[in-house]
Amino acid sequence: MKTFTYEKATSAEAAVADTAATTRFIAGGTNLLDLMKLQVETPEKLVDISRLPLAEIEDMDDGGLRIGALVPNSDLAADSRVIERYEVLSRALLAGASGQLRNKATTGGNLLQRTRCYYFYDTSTPCNKRERGTGCSAIGGFNRILAVLGTSDQCIATHPSDMAVAMRALDATIVTLKHDGDKRRLSIHDFYRLPGDTPDIETVLEPGELITHVELPAPPQGARQLYSKVRDRASYAFALVSVAGVVAVEDGKIASAALAFGGLGPMPWRDAAVEAALVGKVPSDDGFAAAADALLKGAQGFGSNDFKIPLARRTLIACLRDLTGE
Amino acid sequence: MKFTINGRSYEAEADIRTSVLDLLREHVGLTGSKKGCDHGQCGACTVLINGRRVNSCLTLAVMHQDDEITTIEGLGTPDDLHPLQAAFVAHDGYQCGYCTPGQICSAVGMLDEAKKGWPSHVSADLEHSDLSDAEISERMSGNICRCAAYPNIVDAIREVAGRAPAGRDVAGADA
Repeated sequence: MKTFTYEKATSAEAAVADTAATTRFIAGGTNLLDLMKLQVETPEKLVDISRLPLAEIEDMDDGGLRIGALVPNSDLAADSRVIERYEVLSRALLAGASGQLRNKATTGGNLLQRTRCYYFYDTSTPCNKRERGTGCSAIGGFNRILAVLGTSDQCIATHPSDMAVAMRALDATIVTLKHDGDKRRLSIHDFYRLPGDTPDIETVLEPGELITHVELPAPPQGARQLYSKVRDRASYAFALVSVAGVVAVEDGKIASAALAFGGLGPMPWRDAAVEAALVGKVPSDDGFAAAADALLKGAQGFGSNDFKIPLARRTLIACLRDLTGE
Repeated sequence: MKFTINGRSYEAEADIRTSVLDLLREHVGLTGSKKGCDHGQCGACTVLINGRRVNSCLTLAVMHQDDEITTIEGLGTPDDLHPLQAAFVAHDGYQCGYCTPGQICSAVGMLDEAKKGWPSHVSADLEHSDLSDAEISERMSGNICRCAAYPNIVDAIREVAGRAPAGRDVAGADA
């Protein structure tokens, strides 16, 4: 690990004072320290935000929930309001990592997790995400765990979070504090960037900008919620494919559908065309197949991850049966 | 830097990069916590910080100067074993023993989480889950045992959790 200077932030305002590209916030640190040990991340300064008063979960007037960025994943998963109103989020959190990691990892940090692409971690190989312009070793390499949607010829990495997939299905808003003291409210749908020619830039956050809260709107009435994760082990493994679904059926027809996907793309994936193929229809396997067609229309495999395309189709159809069945 | 470990105060001069695990092993001589992968994948380094189980390899010592750190050395002594330590002995919940301190610290934290009513990935009902063998296995999945003593680890934890053994299909698997 390269050495660094360490500063304990006394307030959120103090934390955002430093906009240097070589400064990192640290809270749970479960991903950042791992990357620092491998020298994938080499910050010159760490700003410790772990003791800022951002660890509360509060009810909002509109029936939604406001989650402090420092709420640990385990506390969020076990919160009675999350279990009651946002089961998909609780399920997604519990499907991720281990008990020890969930106790440390925070809500804000989970959103900003880096990919688990093997080549991103291996500093002896080229990787455009780690070092822009060096090339992508995953295209033509071992890419079993990598993306089939939203890729570019520069990067095929996946976003590893389960939590963020559920939050995308729940239309979360990410609240931030900027260097100049302004607060921003960013829809999670606008928060992540596709890799394009700059796969090293993963979100729209500006230098020094700090995530302070995540807000969830009230969940749709009468909707069934589900998180389904397919992985190589029964526990403690990243998703090959995951589906977060929030679907309501009224009078025998699908009244609303929110579907987000993990393991498929460079960001927690959501595609309005999938939902458009379902809403207003009587639930049927033909309709579910049409939704899968919409999801996978532009999907591209890279050899060892080709299997994800039929796997995503089958997982989505199985989820839709569960979400709409008797 | 100043620390509270197993109820005792310690002072250590350590590099800013020092993890809690390296602090324990290299600076204060508490070598019970083990370094397996050093990347949060194996759980051998599990300790309790303010009563919560965490991977001590993945957190900086400098960030925990105001916290209570509990290691395997703080749970029991050879003459006065913690109930989980005694149960691991009784059920032969190890072979080489390298993962055992992490398994036991993790189990202490896990049983506390279960007592608080925290659900797990395998809980059918997120509001009510009993500590079945499947629950114990899922909740302990962050602790790898390469000797594969898992059945006996589950037996040991089940005993301390106060549950009767579940029926086993495999003859002779029970300790």
